[in-house]
Amino acid sequence: MGIIEARGLARTFKSRKRAVEAVRGVDLSVGDGEIVGFLGPNGAGKTTTLRMLTTLLTPTSGTATVAGADLLGDPLGVRKRIGYVPQAIGQTMGGTDPNCLVIEELLDQAGLYHLRTDQARQRAELLIGQLDLSGLERRLVKTLSGGQRRRLEIALGLVHQPPLVFLDEPTTGLDPQSRSNLWEHIGRLRSDLGTTVFLTTHYLEEADVLCDRVFIIDHGVIVADGTPDELKRRISGDVVTLRVTGEDAAAGKLLADQAVVREITVADGTLKLTVERGEQALPALLRVLDGAGITLESINLSRPTLDDVFLTLTGRSLRDDSPGQASRESAGELEPAAATKE
Amino acid sequence: MSFIRDTLMVFRRQERLALRNPAWVIIGLMQPILYLALFGPLLTRLPAATLGNTGNAYKFFVPGLLIQLGLFGSTFVGFAIISDWRAGVIERFRVTPVSRLAIMAGRVLRDVVTLVVQAAVLVLAGVAFGLRAPVAAVFIGFGFIALVAIGLASVSYATGLLVKSEDTFAPLVNTVVLPLLLLSGIFLPMTLGPGWLQGIARISPFRYIIDAMREAYQGQYFNTIMVEGIAVAVGVAVVFLWLGSRVFLRENA
Repeated sequence: MGIIEARGLARTFKSRKRAVEAVRGVDLSVGDGEIVGFLGPNGAGKTTTLRMLTTLLTPTSGTATVAGADLLGDPLGVRKRIGYVPQAIGQTMGGTDPNCLVIEELLDQAGLYHLRTDQARQRAELLIGQLDLSGLERRLVKTLSGGQRRRLEIALGLVHQPPLVFLDEPTTGLDPQSRSNLWEHIGRLRSDLGTTVFLTTHYLEEADVLCDRVFIIDHGVIVADGTPDELKRRISGDVVTLRVTGEDAAAGKLLADQAVVREITVADGTLKLTVERGEQALPALLRVLDGAGITLESINLSRPTLDDVFLTLTGRSLRDDSPGQASRESAGELEPAAATKE
Repeated sequence: MSFIRDTLMVFRRQERLALRNPAWVIIGLMQPILYLALFGPLLTRLPAATLGNTGNAYKFFVPGLLIQLGLFGSTFVGFAIISDWRAGVIERFRVTPVSRLAIMAGRVLRDVVTLVVQAAVLVLAGVAFGLRAPVAAVFIGFGFIALVAIGLASVSYATGLLVKSEDTFAPLVNTVVLPLLLLSGIFLPMTLGPGWLQGIARISPFRYIIDAMREAYQGQYFNTIMVEGIAVAVGVAVVFLWLGSRVFLRENA
């Protein structure tokens, strides 16, 4: 059995006027040591699902086992075994108090998990090293940079060495450099400590780089899951674009006969082919053209991105929904607001 | 017991944060001290009978200021929980095994300690102005302040966590606190007022607490006023503590 097993997890928010089904029956299986990404547009049910799995919100229906404890029957057991790093942008921030010292936050967090004082010191020291926070122990949280503060928040989620850690939008709002730095740290959680990581993200390249597996959620249900490569392959093939001098019609006819070519369009000396496994198909296609004496001007192979996958599945591009603060505050985060009105 | 350990842990954290910014503790004391210094002397010129024959205007006035301190000091603590919630601190604590009730209880304990310390400073300042009251009465007064603080701080935290917005919280608190304060007879005895006002004043629980505290300052410890005051103070503490804890223990706060 996996470290997360959820069946039919659902949550309806009732306001005075209407009931909103934020999550409508989510099934999840996450194996030990996986890094799993949870993708979806704002309002798709990402945060609500995450809040249910972390005992912050009671599901309206459904069951789940998280880190070996029953979510509904033993929420305290779940809390003891998971780490949770809240999202640091939007309505609420990432959980650190601006007026605390870095070391105080780490020791307090250890106290919340009832670690002994000597264990707490030891863990704090280790995490400070692991998350590049050396020299910042006596600094107030409010004086940290965005990347430093985020690393501290992740360190807080790891104080009690949980086998499973939830990261809600771990890198949103960070500059590209801090982001790739954080990716390294997250990758190391698994490679060095064997931690299972469940993260939500707006960044498709983040899912691509980090995640073994991706769940895509839309309108409260999971619409696809698989490795990033599987998803890309399932949705659409690779696109090969060739430019030839003259003879494009002849070239088009030749290539259309090839078994690997799914679709082909010809226009103005440019041939656009949809093929499966472009990197393997390309040499054969080139040989065919060469054999017919057709001269090539240029070749381009483009692979679908997770964004294409996303667009195909949800009809929306994740990029339209950029993770900037403005969009999050307007369209975004209806979920926690609704949650708190209960 | 883990609840007590958790409460003390939250208390220590909050105390540390309060001491890092002691300005607020001092600002909280400024108002009653100003009243003591700039308003108190007026009362000493009133005919003794007006203040219920206390024989010492400060025996009348200091209990009123203590309640004022307690009311303001504890009803506004909800602001802090809103900013803690916004920082994500409340959520972070709620995902750990720490007792969810301790998240409130530790804060309330900090507020009680802060208020009793402020009350002690205020009483000392009163002595400097001419207050003469039995030592036992002063401690009874601290007991009343502590009970008021337990009740009001709990309900303030719970309200803050429910409304989650300073813009809603501030007018709400002002609307509730100011009439209660005026009806409690802090500056002048309610018995000076016309019948209808005295009638309305019966609804303010702090009225009974102030009366009891004034009795104590007179050296009267065993009478119905005292019993009423203690009953009301304990009632306020228990009922509001219970209401507050319900909010903190809810699954989805």
